[in-house]
Amino acid sequence: MEHLSTLVNEARQAIQAADTVASLDEVRVRYLGKKGEITALLKSLGQLPAEERPQAGERINQAKQALNGDIEARRRALEQAALEARLAAERVDVTLPGRDRVAGGLHPVTRTLERIEGLFAHIGFEVAVGPEIEDDYHNFEALNIPAHHPARGMADTFYFDATRLLRTHTSPVQVRTMETQAPPIRIVCPGRVYRSDSDLTHTPMFHQIEGLLVDEGVSFADLKGTIEDFLHAFFERDDLSVRFRPSYFPFTEPSAEVDIQCVMCSGDGCRVCSHSGWIEIMGCGMVHPEVFRHSGIDAESYTGFAFGMGAERLAMLRYGVNDLRLFFENDLRFLRQFA
Amino acid sequence: MKFSEQWLREWVSPSLSTQALADQITMAGLEVDAVADVAAEFSGVVVAEVISREAHPDADKLSLCRVDDGSGEPVQVVCGAPNVAAGQKVAFARVGAVLPGDFTIKKAKLRGAESRGMICSASELGLEEETSPGILELPASAPVGEDFRGWMGLDDRTIEVDLTPNRGDCLSVKGMAREVGALNRLTVRPPELVEQPATHEVVFPVAVSAPEACPRYVGRVVRGIDVSAETPLWMVERLRRSGVRPINAVVDITNYVMLELGQPMHAFDLANLAQAIDVRHARDGETLVLLDGQEVTLRADTLLIADAEKPLAIAGVMGGEHSGVSDATRDVFLESAFFAPLAVAGQARTYGLHTDASHRFERGVDPDLTLPAIERATALLLAIAGGEAGPISETVSPDHLPAARRVTLRAARVQQCLDMAIPDADMVDILERLGMRVVDADADAGVWQVEVPSWRFDVAIEEDLIEELARIYGYNRLPVRRPAARLALSADDEARRPLAQLRRQFVARGYQEAISYSFVAPDLQALLAPDAVAPRLANPISSDMSVMRASLFPGLVKALMHNLNRQQNRVRLFETGLVFRGELDALEQTAMVGALVCGSRDPEGWTAGRDTVDFFDLKGDLESILAMSGQGGQWRFEAQPHPALHPGQSARVLRDGVPVGWIGALHPAVRSELGLKVDAFVFEVEQEALVAGQLPRFVPLSRYPEVRRDLALVVAEDVPVQALLDTLREQAGEWLADLALFDVYQGAGVAEGYKSLALGLTWQHPSRTLNDEEINQLVDAIVAESKRRFGAELRG
Repeated sequence: MEHLSTLVNEARQAIQAADTVASLDEVRVRYLGKKGEITALLKSLGQLPAEERPQAGERINQAKQALNGDIEARRRALEQAALEARLAAERVDVTLPGRDRVAGGLHPVTRTLERIEGLFAHIGFEVAVGPEIEDDYHNFEALNIPAHHPARGMADTFYFDATRLLRTHTSPVQVRTMETQAPPIRIVCPGRVYRSDSDLTHTPMFHQIEGLLVDEGVSFADLKGTIEDFLHAFFERDDLSVRFRPSYFPFTEPSAEVDIQCVMCSGDGCRVCSHSGWIEIMGCGMVHPEVFRHSGIDAESYTGFAFGMGAERLAMLRYGVNDLRLFFENDLRFLRQFA
Repeated sequence: MKFSEQWLREWVSPSLSTQALADQITMAGLEVDAVADVAAEFSGVVVAEVISREAHPDADKLSLCRVDDGSGEPVQVVCGAPNVAAGQKVAFARVGAVLPGDFTIKKAKLRGAESRGMICSASELGLEEETSPGILELPASAPVGEDFRGWMGLDDRTIEVDLTPNRGDCLSVKGMAREVGALNRLTVRPPELVEQPATHEVVFPVAVSAPEACPRYVGRVVRGIDVSAETPLWMVERLRRSGVRPINAVVDITNYVMLELGQPMHAFDLANLAQAIDVRHARDGETLVLLDGQEVTLRADTLLIADAEKPLAIAGVMGGEHSGVSDATRDVFLESAFFAPLAVAGQARTYGLHTDASHRFERGVDPDLTLPAIERATALLLAIAGGEAGPISETVSPDHLPAARRVTLRAARVQQCLDMAIPDADMVDILERLGMRVVDADADAGVWQVEVPSWRFDVAIEEDLIEELARIYGYNRLPVRRPAARLALSADDEARRPLAQLRRQFVARGYQEAISYSFVAPDLQALLAPDAVAPRLANPISSDMSVMRASLFPGLVKALMHNLNRQQNRVRLFETGLVFRGELDALEQTAMVGALVCGSRDPEGWTAGRDTVDFFDLKGDLESILAMSGQGGQWRFEAQPHPALHPGQSARVLRDGVPVGWIGALHPAVRSELGLKVDAFVFEVEQEALVAGQLPRFVPLSRYPEVRRDLALVVAEDVPVQALLDTLREQAGEWLADLALFDVYQGAGVAEGYKSLALGLTWQHPSRTLNDEEINQLVDAIVAESKRRFGAELRG
């Protein structure tokens, strides 16, 4: 028993000297294990006189507990140090770019059309589409543009033969919808349209989105309200000035061109608006009774309005694109800007 | 339509600035395109008379002139113009005058001679664009000393209006004045029209063989005119301000009347007319040399003015050279006719022409204007070029004249359409100022009968009248409201995935959306879709945009080349849109979804490998889209050759056994034809096959353990994996939960020409634990059948 304190001191030094969890465990086994030196002391208690045994046992147990505490403390310290070392080793440069950072993007025309479709979907308009190779009847006749009508000159048409052509507007979709669907009708018709015109400000193909609402009691006031709301929503500017100018389309009566205050210069006058402060943005009007007649809708019971606009033009104004032709070159440096 | 503001204001002059007037016209639906000063800024220029002209002693091309500018002493001026002469009235810039371009006139010495001022040419005053060869000569009546600017009325502007095709009635000062009068509630004052009595009896005979095309033809012979008479300066100026070049007095007068009243007229040289005028259709093959010198071969549907021997003019379009007025003309035959719009529509265009006359007749010229116009022209002709007028001859077919139109207007309909009531008196006032006549009014019932004037070809129904009311009242004063509608839910097919969702899947996988032209170059299409039949445009804009695309490949490949040429080497594009297949009578317009990849698999980056894309990159992207339909298993890829695709890397895409698309690598021969040095992979699939999906169908989750077995099967390398997988599925029984191909290996340990496929099969029973014995039986069956069908061996 006399060397208990010596043993404890030895054990303490060994604990402090252990520099891994494994060597610490060896120390624990050596002193406190089943065959450990301190355990052996406990086993030798029997050799002591009975009156000394409780006291000696008490001392050995205290020493054992103390050593256990030291070992535990040392283990935590070693584990902490090991964790810190590992964390230090696992440090990464968080400013390096992430892996697989690929995302493409929608074409700005699609982006614009989807946005417009979405705005009108909120008030119950559905999307309708139709063929792009159309017949003369749906592209012209049914829209009150008979042969030789001067309005045919308004849109230079691509023909395949005497009666088949590339649609010059998405209005034939309106006709096809009215032929098959009874009022109330609320649709928007997005899509490609074609006119044989090609210069700085015209491409032979472009996109339109048209809208049509047919119901009982629809008035010009409803048209004005819808268009104003739409333009405010599209440009996200409630104070955007909108004006309606009388115009002419064979398929609407009354007809109007819609101008907005120039979004580039806020109406002060710039190159984009030809210094007028206004930008022509879309055409619209009340559906012509002749168009209803062609589609079999009673023009006395129902009235309606229609409107149409060019998607590229809206995209140009919205995103500041200054060259129409970029839309169809599919240059990645252009397309990536709309991701 | 371009006209001088001063001219308009002679008819009607509202108290508005030029800009306010232009805005008002625009907002009435007659869009003002441009307002421009008729002359540049200048000052200090007066009317003067050249008193004498002598040669400059020291310069051949200069002369010394003494000029009376009305200030007292004549001044000496050195002038370089060849046409300066004593007795001329001229525009004279005094010392101190400032000419356009901020050019100040100073006292000068030219070759030793003193010059105090400058005699001006038209271009020096900004009246002509091109440099004038000589000085501007003024009429003898020009008042010496008067400010030139004021005397010429140069403080004027031209207003150019871009008219919609329905408003042919506004193609004259008269028509514009009517609109301005209505807008401002002002009375319009036309110039006095004095009828010219006949002073001889010569009538040139007229027959109209095509009365439906020419319901009214008015003619008149004017004899003994002086064709060399000068067109008065005021008329020249008005023509100039309307963009019309002066020619000679007779032509200038007919042009003037057209601008003033809207009636296109023509003057023939009577000496060149044979026997009688006939208005008839051309005979096939007839030819005519037009006023502009070109000879045209006429078509049978073309309306002509002819005489007994030959065509004289294309009616309503352009006169002929032979019968036109020349320097030798003494007697003229004036024509003022009404040609039906449909008879002339499109004619000018087919001959490559567009004239002021055709522009007007196509849109409709007032049929009641022929007589007033010929009277007006005669009066001007007699006043300017002298001569004697004969009787007016009129050939008219009342049955063919446009019928008088009467339209019912109901106050209730106005209210309904505009969401407001316009007071009766205002309605009637607006209509009458526009020339409508309210012939039968039942104000209590709110119903009016309105007679439409002969010049308004565009007004036929009630809505047309409502538009007129709204237009003059002002669109922007009309009420605004939001439409009301029943809140009705609409059907929505949940199994169909919107196209927008497909597009977003491409975007998520790194694709940019392309939009390419629907018409492509025939040779590119022949290369990429050689078997396709596609419609060809009759009038393409250019040959490389002349055939409709039968595939999305040409557009995608063109976009690829555009980008490769701009150092954009990693290209991932997709496009959606119609393709066009078949002859016109059996045409299919099919919506497709297509994509193209080229370049490195990953964008350049520190973690990325440098591998380039291969077939399986694109196939994986396509499969990610197919998976969205919830019907992955119904899709198949079958190796099949496609003329534009690599024969070893090309597959037909089938859905439920129906071919719906292609995927593959561009054929090396196609690439070399295109000059494409890198591999590119493409697919296109019918959109309908991609959007039609299915509703999820719940299967209860099993609480019993899964059993997995891995097999390595060695088969010949040309055995399609798909076939083997199909066999495995077939033999694995109904409790197969998953089948994964986790390795394909060729190399050491596997014989040449063979491949080892590592397969993981997982079974699970919904209501019990599967035992080893039954799984072993299934594996045995799989191995046996694979061996039987494909010679597959278990890899040792």
